[in-house]
Amino acid sequence: MAQMNMIQALNSAMDIALSRDPSVVIMGEDVGYFGGVFRCTDGLQRKHGDHRVLDTPIAEGGIVGTAIGMGVNGMRPVAEIQFADYIYPAFDQIVSELARLRHRSAGDFFAPITIRSPSGGGIRGGQTHSQSPEGIFTHVCGIKVVMPSNPYDAKGMLLSAIEDDDPVVFFEPKRIYNGPFDGDPDKPARPWTTHPKGEVPEGHYTVPLGKAEIVRAGTDATIVTYGTMVHVAVAATEKCGIDAEIIDVRSMAPLDVATLRTSVEKTGRCVIVHEATRFSGYGAELSATIQEECFWHLEAPIQRVAGWDTPYPHAFEWEYFPGQKRIINALRTVMEA
Amino acid sequence: MIQKSRLHIPHPPARPGEAPDFSYLKISAPGEVPRPDVNTPAMEMADLAHSMVRVLKDDDKTTGPWNPHLEPEVLQVGLRHMMLTRAFDDRMQRVQRQGKISFYIKSTGEEAVAVAQCMALRPGDMLFPSYRQQGLQIARGRKLVDLMCQCLSNTRDMCKGRQMPIMYHSREGNLFSISGNLTTQYPQAVGWAMAAAMKGEDNLAASWIGDGSTAEPDFHHALTFASVYQAPVILNVVNNQWAISTFQAFAGGGREPFAARGLGYGIPGIRVDGNDFLAVYAVTEWAAERARTGAGPTLIEHVTYRASAHSTSDDPSRYRPKEDSESWPLGDPIKRLKQYLVQLGVWTEKQHKALELELEKHASDSWKEAVTYGTMSEGPALDPSDMFEDVYKEIPEHLKRQREQMLAEGGK
Repeated sequence: MAQMNMIQALNSAMDIALSRDPSVVIMGEDVGYFGGVFRCTDGLQRKHGDHRVLDTPIAEGGIVGTAIGMGVNGMRPVAEIQFADYIYPAFDQIVSELARLRHRSAGDFFAPITIRSPSGGGIRGGQTHSQSPEGIFTHVCGIKVVMPSNPYDAKGMLLSAIEDDDPVVFFEPKRIYNGPFDGDPDKPARPWTTHPKGEVPEGHYTVPLGKAEIVRAGTDATIVTYGTMVHVAVAATEKCGIDAEIIDVRSMAPLDVATLRTSVEKTGRCVIVHEATRFSGYGAELSATIQEECFWHLEAPIQRVAGWDTPYPHAFEWEYFPGQKRIINALRTVMEA
Repeated sequence: MIQKSRLHIPHPPARPGEAPDFSYLKISAPGEVPRPDVNTPAMEMADLAHSMVRVLKDDDKTTGPWNPHLEPEVLQVGLRHMMLTRAFDDRMQRVQRQGKISFYIKSTGEEAVAVAQCMALRPGDMLFPSYRQQGLQIARGRKLVDLMCQCLSNTRDMCKGRQMPIMYHSREGNLFSISGNLTTQYPQAVGWAMAAAMKGEDNLAASWIGDGSTAEPDFHHALTFASVYQAPVILNVVNNQWAISTFQAFAGGGREPFAARGLGYGIPGIRVDGNDFLAVYAVTEWAAERARTGAGPTLIEHVTYRASAHSTSDDPSRYRPKEDSESWPLGDPIKRLKQYLVQLGVWTEKQHKALELELEKHASDSWKEAVTYGTMSEGPALDPSDMFEDVYKEIPEHLKRQREQMLAEGGK
């Protein structure tokens, strides 16, 4: 075992994938010589060469479009979109092409590509470096959409994504690249060395896609969340004394319904937490699914804690960010009902 | 009175009721354009983008350095593929009018582009067509009945009923799945070519779009990536003058030829008479040699004319003169190749007529067979529960549940 932050864990996953499988290529803006603006691909070009770790033109639609063609021709591209906020120029290639290629060709063509993209706020990034667009992609049939919340999962899930024959959109919560963040911006930053999931095997392993994880067992209520908010929810729970069970969804699509059902049937109360805006957000899918699956066990209306339905405000980041206080309020609401 | 602003609004040279006018077309004399070495830098052969490669003369003879010197037997095969494409189109148009299929797109007048190009390439080359290159399918030996079954969404449809008519594909034929979205296949072809180069294979990729589609961002993506990585790819713009109802000037063709768009990227652009089978074959052979020898991509503009409607949902008499098609100065590709073969003494009018009848019958017989595998209203039908397959490699739980629900509810 080694101590790794998420950046190192992701780097290790790509390094292993490049070493194990000659069809893997890394491509994206600044990912090659420079090693990526977040350093996730640092050293990979030096080690594996500039024919396998490609710097690309600044053209997200071109990156995904060519990655599809490479995928169809037997390669396994791992494309980085530098920020999730910049993924929209590639939207047509992802939605109309990548997601549907297998289905429209009745299984004759497919593109096993992974699209990595840092997402989420909490870094003073304003509206162009803070967005959480996962719900836009979970609505698209034919792609998998995942988001790890710690280094161990980041590496194992990225290897699963790369090895998956279906396309995977892999969002990385950039606020927790270097350490778990509990939602309190005034506290000093904590490194991953202080967290058990900062222990990461150096070799190959996978964490399966489509499986949620219970990160804290509890009996009073269930918090369903993912990404950065997992750590905020843990801190909020410990602060308020409500014994909440916390589920890290990890894989938004496909969704591990069974784990959600078992927990909510036990607790009867549920709070859904995500950074993304609320209206038509992924929380709506979670809420609808849990209502359908657990209606007769619910003791209170399901609560959603989410980003406000506004563009991400630069100056009011912590008023906007769904922090501990709002999670605690929602927990109290479900407990009092 | 309608006020006119200083804004430039492109207009086609003639509208319905007016006389056709193709005086805007710059046409070189056959044989006039030199054939440079394939390794020549793009800017040193910039003239290729502004002139027009032509081989067939008005007297039905050939001339000039681009003559590919094909054997008569090869040309007869090309003629047959073009005629079969047209017979197929005519049959499918008719059955669409009878309500047997929902939609169709003809390629009438543009058959030389797909057929000659396909014949100039190798079977291992990957083709990324748009929706008007059915000639590629035919020249690659796809059976009419298979193409028809796709249009019928029947039990033999290679897409299993998941796509509109004409969105064919063939994995074994190296014909990529056709998308209704414009230009999306262009960067995909470049990516395929990049992978071929990475793997050390000498296959190339080729892709086709129309004049209007050059306005899409994926056009720029494809040319940028192709140029940066010198991908072994042939990017074709089939300039058939019309994007549904908008004249090619609305894509910028009124300023510079589409072929010239390559030059800014350092990619050679060649403008070719798209109705001259020999010229199309020759430029494709040239571009393929460039790609295979590592000299990089080529952009080819095929100057042709969309003789039919955009699709069965379109009525071109509302926006262009009815007589436009017959007045097209570059003629008809089938007629021109036929005249050449007749002039060579290897083909006769009688043989031509007999072949026409044979291919018409072949299309008609193929249709009769195709409908035995089902139509949208009668005969054997696809299993609707199959729609849940191939969304992912394995069917996820929620789709299994939805499939069960659909079956429990009786399917409809």
